[in-house]
Amino acid sequence: MGEAVTLALQLVLSGDPDLLEIVLLSLRVSLTATVLACLIGLPIGSLVAIGRFPGRNAVLIVMNALMGLPPVVVGLLVYLHLSRSGPLGFLGLLYTPTAMIIAQTLLIAPIVAALSRQVLEDLHAEYSEQFRSLCLTRVQAVEALLWDARYSLLTVGLAGFGRAVAEVGAVIIVGGNIDHLTRVMTTAIALETSKGDLALALALGIILLVIALGVNAAVQSVRMTATRQAYV
Amino acid sequence: MQIKAFGAATIATLLTGGAWAQEQSIIVQSTTSTANSGLYDHLLPMFENETGIKVNVVAVGTGQAIKNAENCDGDVLLVHARSAEEAFVEAGYGTERMDLMYNDFVIVGPEDDPAGVGGMEDVRAALSKIAGEGALFASRGDDSGTNRKEMALWAETGIDPSAASGDWYRETGSGMGATLNAGIGMGAYVMTDRATWISFENKQDYEIQVQGDADMFNQYGVIPVSPERCPSVNAEAAQTFADWLVSDEGQDAIAAYTVADQQLFFPNASSD
Repeated sequence: MGEAVTLALQLVLSGDPDLLEIVLLSLRVSLTATVLACLIGLPIGSLVAIGRFPGRNAVLIVMNALMGLPPVVVGLLVYLHLSRSGPLGFLGLLYTPTAMIIAQTLLIAPIVAALSRQVLEDLHAEYSEQFRSLCLTRVQAVEALLWDARYSLLTVGLAGFGRAVAEVGAVIIVGGNIDHLTRVMTTAIALETSKGDLALALALGIILLVIALGVNAAVQSVRMTATRQAYV
Repeated sequence: MQIKAFGAATIATLLTGGAWAQEQSIIVQSTTSTANSGLYDHLLPMFENETGIKVNVVAVGTGQAIKNAENCDGDVLLVHARSAEEAFVEAGYGTERMDLMYNDFVIVGPEDDPAGVGGMEDVRAALSKIAGEGALFASRGDDSGTNRKEMALWAETGIDPSAASGDWYRETGSGMGATLNAGIGMGAYVMTDRATWISFENKQDYEIQVQGDADMFNQYGVIPVSPERCPSVNAEAAQTFADWLVSDEGQDAIAAYTVADQQLFFPNASSD
């Protein structure tokens, strides 16, 4: 463990270009997937949160269950579609960062949808009478809910990002862990483990943790600045 | 509206990585031992410098590599399971199979050698002894080239280890490195190719116990994927890569690759 910490420090301080490339790709893939998953998940979450329709309970159960989608299954499904012999093979996307973004988006969109649904539904229960008295339309109600729940939804987004940046099963299948092209932190860790270089694998793991910490700290500071300005 | 358009453009850029440089590149569906041992890191820069063709390696087990190549998801196949490779070419997926290089398989085990197979050469006798003693044995169990070889050897001993699966016979269902990690963790014997073993960095008290049987020979082959079967392949670049590997220059480069002063792969492409 001590060896791994030293190694992690050495890697970071030496400014290793390969490491930087891997870190940047990890961030690019997982942050893009998080943004896309929010674009898909938030509308679905809010529709289900304020909607009343037959079969709603079944939809809730399915949405919640999909939070447990195994990454390797998502990877396999995306592989089968993007493979040259699959229906979308003509796009030539397999073994590219785009394929990895698609897989992670599919993986975390259900998480964003299910968690935001709960957040928005709770808030809606609080606000519904007020909404009725103001005669707000559905769209206006959703807008008000999304705005008032923005900090909770930020945490929802972070949960999605956390899942995306930490998974290895999906990106290793659709990305192929190709050096200088599709290698990200988690697949690099898996590779070093399989080479038996456990210290380096652990060092990379520590760096990944620090990156996750950095992203969360950045979001937190944005949130605190926003709250402070709200009270000025 | 402008903000939305900007957002969409940003996402599009993030998705595609902007305009990619249009350079020649091929994907090699490969067995793991050639990648994990660092052979590609040694060979590919030479090839890329010379030809300008970028080689992207997807390292998976031989079984999966063949499957991926059959799905047209690679331009070149580089694996080690001769009969499966010949079947691949026969079925029209590959243009031709070329011998590339060889090394050998070994059985590694803990220093205290619970089954007493240390120093044995006859691999079938060693496997029988391990089974007879009920000593732990960790198998890949993943249809890789190494796994196929192991199963063929077991078949020749007349022992069906899968009957003891979960007992002394442990199928990890994962790659060579992961199986070595697991085997070493539980004190089991493991059959591995020598290249992976030499370059493996978590050996602990493990050493090679069984080696030297002529039947532990491990031949690697290279096959360009057929453009007739897979129109999407970069046939010309794939052929260039395969030809370079079996050329004098490629063969010399393979022979020159060493880890801890040991040569890992022995080139044996036929010179015709």
